[in-house]
Amino acid sequence: MFGLEALDLARIQFAFTISFHIIFPAITIGLASYLAVLEGLWLKTKQEVYRDLYHYWLKIFAVNFGMGVVSGIVMAYQFGTNWSGFSEFAGSVTGPLLAYEVLTAFFLEAGFLGVMLFGWNRVGPGLHFFSTVMVAVGTLISTFWILSSNSWMHTPQGYEIVNDVVIPVDWFAIVFNPSFPYRLLHMATAAYLATAFFVGAAAAWHLLRGRNTPPVRKMLSMAMWMALIVAPIQAVIGDFHGLNTLEHQPAKIAAMEGHWENTPGEATPLILFGWPDMEREETRFKVEIPYLGSLILQHSLTEPVPALKEFAPEDRPNSTIVFWTFRTMVAMGLLMILCGLWSLVLRLKGKLFTSRPFLTMAMWMGPSGIIAILAGWFTTEIGRQPWVIYNVMRTADAVTPHSATQLSVTLAMFVVIYFAVFGVGFAYVMRLVRKGPVVHEGKEKGAGGPGEKRTPMRPLSAADEDMHENKGDELGERN
Amino acid sequence: MGVDLSLIWAVIIIFGLMMYVVMDGFDLGIGILFPFVQEEGKRDVMMNTAAPIWDGNETWLVLGGAGLFAAFPLAYSVVLPALYLPIIFMLMGLIFRGVAFELRFKATQLKRHIWDKSFIGGSLCATFFQGVALGAFISGMPVEDRRFAGGALDWLTPFSLFCGVALIVAYALLGCTWLIMKTDGELQERMRKLGKPLVLLVLLMIGIVSIWTPLTHPDIADRWFTTPNLFLFMPVPVLVLLCTFFLLRSIRSEAHYTPFLLTLGLIFLGYSGLGISLWPNIIPPSVTIWEAAAPPESQGFALVGALLIIPIILVYTAWSYYVFRGKVTADDGYH
Repeated sequence: MFGLEALDLARIQFAFTISFHIIFPAITIGLASYLAVLEGLWLKTKQEVYRDLYHYWLKIFAVNFGMGVVSGIVMAYQFGTNWSGFSEFAGSVTGPLLAYEVLTAFFLEAGFLGVMLFGWNRVGPGLHFFSTVMVAVGTLISTFWILSSNSWMHTPQGYEIVNDVVIPVDWFAIVFNPSFPYRLLHMATAAYLATAFFVGAAAAWHLLRGRNTPPVRKMLSMAMWMALIVAPIQAVIGDFHGLNTLEHQPAKIAAMEGHWENTPGEATPLILFGWPDMEREETRFKVEIPYLGSLILQHSLTEPVPALKEFAPEDRPNSTIVFWTFRTMVAMGLLMILCGLWSLVLRLKGKLFTSRPFLTMAMWMGPSGIIAILAGWFTTEIGRQPWVIYNVMRTADAVTPHSATQLSVTLAMFVVIYFAVFGVGFAYVMRLVRKGPVVHEGKEKGAGGPGEKRTPMRPLSAADEDMHENKGDELGERN
Repeated sequence: MGVDLSLIWAVIIIFGLMMYVVMDGFDLGIGILFPFVQEEGKRDVMMNTAAPIWDGNETWLVLGGAGLFAAFPLAYSVVLPALYLPIIFMLMGLIFRGVAFELRFKATQLKRHIWDKSFIGGSLCATFFQGVALGAFISGMPVEDRRFAGGALDWLTPFSLFCGVALIVAYALLGCTWLIMKTDGELQERMRKLGKPLVLLVLLMIGIVSIWTPLTHPDIADRWFTTPNLFLFMPVPVLVLLCTFFLLRSIRSEAHYTPFLLTLGLIFLGYSGLGISLWPNIIPPSVTIWEAAAPPESQGFALVGALLIIPIILVYTAWSYYVFRGKVTADDGYH
């Protein structure tokens, strides 16, 4: 297919299925914590707006969680079907970490998710709040395990190789490998920001349509506080993550910067834009700022940044791609910071909920967090190439030797089915978002739990909205 | 260390897959039986009997995959590439069916038939390729240098295709007797009528597989037909015949619970026959669980989590089924 080799196709297939999958867990992580905060504020202040918002986002959380489970089934098998060389070589490390991730997720599903989704009027407020907090903590524990597993592939340690197979020696060293703390913090914060901008966009959409209600205003306000405070923090975390990468994976940094060559004693400029050309070994059409590269990465005006030509051609990641995915991520981050600052100015002027240009921007920023997450993962994963386990195993040795035909057929099927199935799921989420918060929801007792039609074994059942638009239920008529 | 971690993990994975076959089996069976019931109201009831639990049923499949990866990475990295296409087709069937299950309830009347067809197609596709994968697994796969050494279409044999068809019949029977247990009135009556031919068909399938397997797999034939194994295995076919006899009688005598329980017995016997033919190989025909095992450091580390959490999942599952006991009628609408 398009002259691609089997290895490329296997990578594209894995990238496609995991990119689709990651969107759901990212929003799940963010919404779970958001719901915990909302419920905490409701219990503390007894302002109904928090309870209404809780019930609004709970349904969206449930549908999102359900789609995460469905798309996750495929992931549990793809390591074996597509990367059998890797699974056989390093399964002794990755397998247990993945098993812990799965077990944590199911533990959640079996226990606290049920109380959270269906127990509002069946258990005491304290226990319900505890369940919500546990679900939020649980999503973070799942994140912990899967990112530990991934980080170990970037910065492996705590193992030895016996008979061509990885043997774990020190689990503590494996789990807390050098890049793990930065990656975990960066990803968890990214999930929070992605959710904040999703929530903010929902609020902006309603405000632009004249639904200026207390819950909608509260949503926007909370989302923009997050943007204002957390987006700059994320930039700092990202900087630390970058320094960690510089220490452990210098080739990735060189590729991200499109930086090919150092002249001794000269500081590295920062290339703003350009086209890194892998064949010609240079970045064409570049626009650069002197000294800035050294300043950002080395925090110095003299120390150069590693350059791509210091690495053998077969050890270089594809700079053309990661140069641009990295800039996409940074651009999203800068837009988020800008959005946060603008919101502060408008808030001080009392125009936060009425400025149409701002609300339009907030609405269009809805997918910014998701785009940033995908671009960031593309950067770090493609930047690790040609290694699957950095400096230990090459991706070419990890791949299952399927034929290109076989992979093309399954890839095409994945694309068609994922877009059809998750497209409908996404449309349903949007339908729930458009419906908006309902005042006094959750006052009456709703059925649910084991033995009821609505149960945590089917998270989607928590959302009881039909897929079609009812005329009488048009927006604006509810409140 | 005196504890055989590989053995413990093998038991956990076999148990998990058994749970999966039993639980997802009947709800896949409901999808397979959908074409035999055209009325929308009855279809709603059929779905409602499984609605509160089906998603939980599939968790065992994920747990099985993750457990295999953690405890037997060699098996994971040989069996999955060998069965690449059937497994991918099965997963796609499951995705389609899972989403159809949920969205059917939320769709308009006009669009519901699309989701009905997705549900039927997804269930058939998932079941068929599960059976194909099972048949190809029994047939074994060549391993060289710790990698799968066969071709992309090795799994495509008359035997494995037949296993796919056999599993469709088996799951249909599971679904049928499940519905006899969970419904009443006209729907239950219709399931009883379907029950008898399905039982006979399942018996036929078991018979054919039991003859075909030793004929084409000499190593399995050796296991079956040498003493003392022959006498040890003798109870299995005898119990299968007994089970079938009582199953037919219970359907005739209009029992509610017994047909499903006896079908479970039949499935369990088939599963044990499989175990007898393969144990202790995890990659047939020759790689054992001990040869495919992860180092004890890995198996032990993962076991801590599994032993803590699997009992909790089991208790919760049992509780969900218990609370949900009894008949489902047309009045129990989804909303």
